[in-house]
Formats: sequence, structure tokens, C-alpha cells
Amino acid sequence: MHSIKPANIKENIVFALLYFSFFLVLVFLILIIGLTFYHSLGTLSWNFIFEPPLNGMKEGGIFPMIIGTLLVTFISAIFAIPLGIFSAIYLVEYAKDTYYTRLTRMAIRNLSAVPSIVYGLFGLAIFVKTMQFGTSMLSAGLTLGLLTLPTIISTSEEALKIVPKTYKEGAYALGATRWQALYKIILPVAFPGIMTGIILGLSRAIGETAPILFTGVAFYLPHLSLDIFQQFMALPYHLYIMSTQHHDIEGVRGIAYSTAAVLILIALMLNIIASVIRHRFRER
Amino acid sequence: MELRINKNKAFDELTNWVFKLSSSISILVVVGIFIFLFKESLPFFKEMRPADLFLSAKWNPEGWSGEYYGILALVWGSLLVTVITLVISIPLGLMVAVFIAEIAPRNLKIFIKPVIELLAGIPSVVIGFFGLVFVGPLIAGIFHLANGLNALNGGLLLSIMVLPTIITLSEDAINGVPKDYREASFALGATKLETIFKVTLPAASSGILAAIMLGMGRAIGETMAVLMACGNAPALAKSIFDPVRTLTSTIAIEMGEVAYDTNHYYALFNLGLYLFLISFFINNIAEYFLKKGRRNA
Repeated sequence: MHSIKPANIKENIVFALLYFSFFLVLVFLILIIGLTFYHSLGTLSWNFIFEPPLNGMKEGGIFPMIIGTLLVTFISAIFAIPLGIFSAIYLVEYAKDTYYTRLTRMAIRNLSAVPSIVYGLFGLAIFVKTMQFGTSMLSAGLTLGLLTLPTIISTSEEALKIVPKTYKEGAYALGATRWQALYKIILPVAFPGIMTGIILGLSRAIGETAPILFTGVAFYLPHLSLDIFQQFMALPYHLYIMSTQHHDIEGVRGIAYSTAAVLILIALMLNIIASVIRHRFRER
Repeated sequence: MELRINKNKAFDELTNWVFKLSSSISILVVVGIFIFLFKESLPFFKEMRPADLFLSAKWNPEGWSGEYYGILALVWGSLLVTVITLVISIPLGLMVAVFIAEIAPRNLKIFIKPVIELLAGIPSVVIGFFGLVFVGPLIAGIFHLANGLNALNGGLLLSIMVLPTIITLSEDAINGVPKDYREASFALGATKLETIFKVTLPAASSGILAAIMLGMGRAIGETMAVLMACGNAPALAKSIFDPVRTLTSTIAIEMGEVAYDTNHYYALFNLGLYLFLISFFINNIAEYFLKKGRRNA
């Protein structure tokens, strides 16, 4: 019985440390979010969201940046979502374990590890220069689309794998073709999981800065640009220049904090939507 | 009826091909990235010697006295920041993973996953901003420095960014250890603590190694946070309190202003090519460990 007590003390200390480690991570998160919102208090308002930047970007808001970010994300979505879902469908429902599918999976895995700045270089080389889209919303959107692709493929794959095999077999037994079984039975069941993946993938695209740096984002444009062959302004890049490149950095701190707050809000919102969908999915 | 079946079959065949073609995009992109990086970086060696790139620490592409493209200081910068990141994030990440997998009460567990996911979802530019306005002044204050934009700051920020990767994957690895192992250990009279450190963690070690490798890959490839928090001096840093310039931030700073198809442009693509190869290498080592872990489980 002697030996139990010292062991217990040691155990308690270690367990306390483990608890502490988690709360440390929690503190990081709370600090980042809390400080950002606290310092954005004077600046963040509806006007800030719906006004263009004014007076050499020293006043005003971020409306054109929000529109730019939405549009560029939309371009990457229409590019990456169908390709991503189709890839996943092929890998899960159609392909056998061949050399080709193993190669494809290896490619997807490696794509998800490629640094975002390297995507930027690739976008510059292929979309801006080779395809001659120039530095534009289109080039940036396609670059972000490539970056989102591996996330959408792997999460869609997971969602499709969860669908019970009996569903598919049932459909076949009733005389459905492969496509009918897929379209009427498998996809509806996998839909929430696929949606979650899409939201998380696009959420990442919204916050990315490095891939758009030299594929289309602009420091400042006097007019709101909706043309996909023109440059655009974007939220994450705006935060970067407002905190490091503006000629009056101390003077525009409030704007920088508020831009950061908006970026966090978007990430927060999309994360909540994704987990609500996932939660509903699990209940079924 | 006959016609309809044929039509269905034809449509089936068509969708089959659409899906197969779509799935080839990933291979195309990986190969495309490699080819384009290679193509855009090779011309550098027409006018410059490889030694200009690999054997010098002087990076000053548009200087008064000529062009200098030595990448050693940049490689050292990336390495230093990555090592700091790993020193912080491996122990912390592992502790959190053990906490979640082994001892967290159920009602806390529901709460943990969203926290980790949200942390992973915060854009790197926001983390960089946090380093600039909060961590920087904090470091400067504690260590009495003129400013806190240095390797340590970058390492701290990257730790925050790498933690979700290390935590989630290590937790998966720990959860993948069969229950029998733990029960056998308890049956032999081991305490929970002994079981965790002498049975569960060693059994999960392959998966944990994979988690660390993937975290390391993210740290080397991350751009915005290091760009904003590390001070960006392209010189060999002597301590963690010196400003550093990484491979990634060099590309980010200079590519926007460089003229296409110049030595400078090619040199930046060279950096990109090495980053790509490093990520490829690290990622496949991680995959090797993951597979090994799955075989053992």
C-alpha cells in the first residue's frame, strides 16, 4: 500500500499539467479573438462594413474588400466544388484499387501539403502568364480554387464512405443504374458531409493571402471592381497592408483591428454553420 | 423500353468518364506545379552559377554593387523558426492530445473539438497581425529588446497554427491504439499514468511521428504569419531574438515587385521549387509513418 501514495501525487501533477495544456490552447484562442474585438470597438460598425475606404484609406470602411473577397471565393467555388465532388465520387464509388487511384490519392495528399505561397507562384506561372488572364480576379480565384480542391475532395470522400453499402445494393436490386443509385440515394445521404467540407474549404480560401499576392489582389482601387479580368481588393490583403504597409500605420490601427475582427467573424460563422450541419447529420 | 435502357447505360458511361476525368485533376496539378516551378526557375542557372544560390548567405538581388542570390540565410531563417515552433508545439500538442483522448471528462470533450477547429480556421494573416500588435510588444517588454519582431515571435505564432494539426492527428493515433493494450496494462497493475506513457504513447508513436512531420511541413510552408512577425532581415540570425527572413516571406515580399523573366524572378521560383520539394518529401515521410501505424494497430 505504501507505493500508491507517491504514484498518486505524481499522477495528479501530470494530470493537472495535461488539463493546463488544454486551457493554455483555449487561452490563445480567447486572447486572439478577445483582443481583436476589444480593440476594434471604436471602429467596427455597420458603416465600416458598408463604406468604401476614404481619405487615403485613413477613414471609411471595407465594403469593396468584402465584395472582392466574396467574388474571388465564388470563382474558386464554381471551379473547385464540381471538380472536387466528381473526384471524390470517382474514388469512392467507381474506382477500384488500381495504380491510377493510388497515384490520385497520393497526389491529393501532396496537394494538401503544398505551401500556399507555392500555389501563388503556380497561379502566376499558369493563369497570369501562360493563359494570359493577367493579374486578375479570375487568376486569383482559380489559384484559390486549386488550394481548396484537396480539402473538398477528402471531406467529400469521407462523407461518401459513410453511406451504408446496403443503400446502394438496395437501389441496384430495384434495377437502378449506377448513376441513378448515386444521384437518388447516395448523394442525398452524403450531402451534409459534403457541404461541411465545402464550407470549411471555402472558409480557408477566404482567409488566404499568400496565393493572391501576385495573382490579382490590389493595394487600392478607386472604384468597386466587379470585372473578373481586373484586379480586386480583398479582406486578408487589406489587413496585411493596413498593419504593415500603410504610411500611417499607428493612425490606421483601428481599421486594421476591425478588418481582423471581420475576418474572425467570417471564420467563426462558417465554422458554426459547418458544425451545425455536421451535428444534424449525426443525429439522423 | 429497350431504347430507354440503352439511354440510361449511355448516360452511365458518360458520367463515369466525367468523374474519371475530374479525378485526374489532382495528378495534373501536382505534375503541373512541379513542371512550372522547374521551368520558371531553371533559366537562373544560365547566367548565374549554382554556387551563387547554394553557397552564399548574401541575399540582395537588386543591390547597388550587383545581384546576390545566396539562400543560406533564408534557409537558416526558415529552419530556425521551424525548430522554435516544434520545440513549443510538440510537447504542448502531445499533452493536449493525451488530455483529449485519455482524461478529458465527456462534457468537456464536446467543447474541445470546436475550439481546436476554430483555432485552425483563423486566417494566418490574423495570426500574423496578433504577432505584430501583441506578441511582439510582449517579447520586447520581457526581454528588453527594441522590438519583438524576431524568430521567437514567428515560432510562437507558428506554434499556434501548427497545434491543431499536431493535436488532431496525435489524438487520432492515440485513439487508434486497441483497448486491449490498455486493459492488459491495467491488469498487470500499472497505473493510468504508467499506461499512458509506457503503453499507449509508444503504441501510437508512428501516428504521432506523422502528426509531427505534417506540423513541421505546415511550419516551413507558412507565409503570412512569419512575414508579419519575424522582422524580415535577410541576414544570418545569431539568436532567437534576431529578426529573420524565411524562404516563404522572401517570395511574398519580392515577387510582387519583380519584373517577369529576370534573374530575380527565376531565383524566387527556385525558392518556390525547393519549398515544394521539401513539402513533398516531408508529406511522404508522414504518410509512411501513418501507414506503419495503421499496420501495427
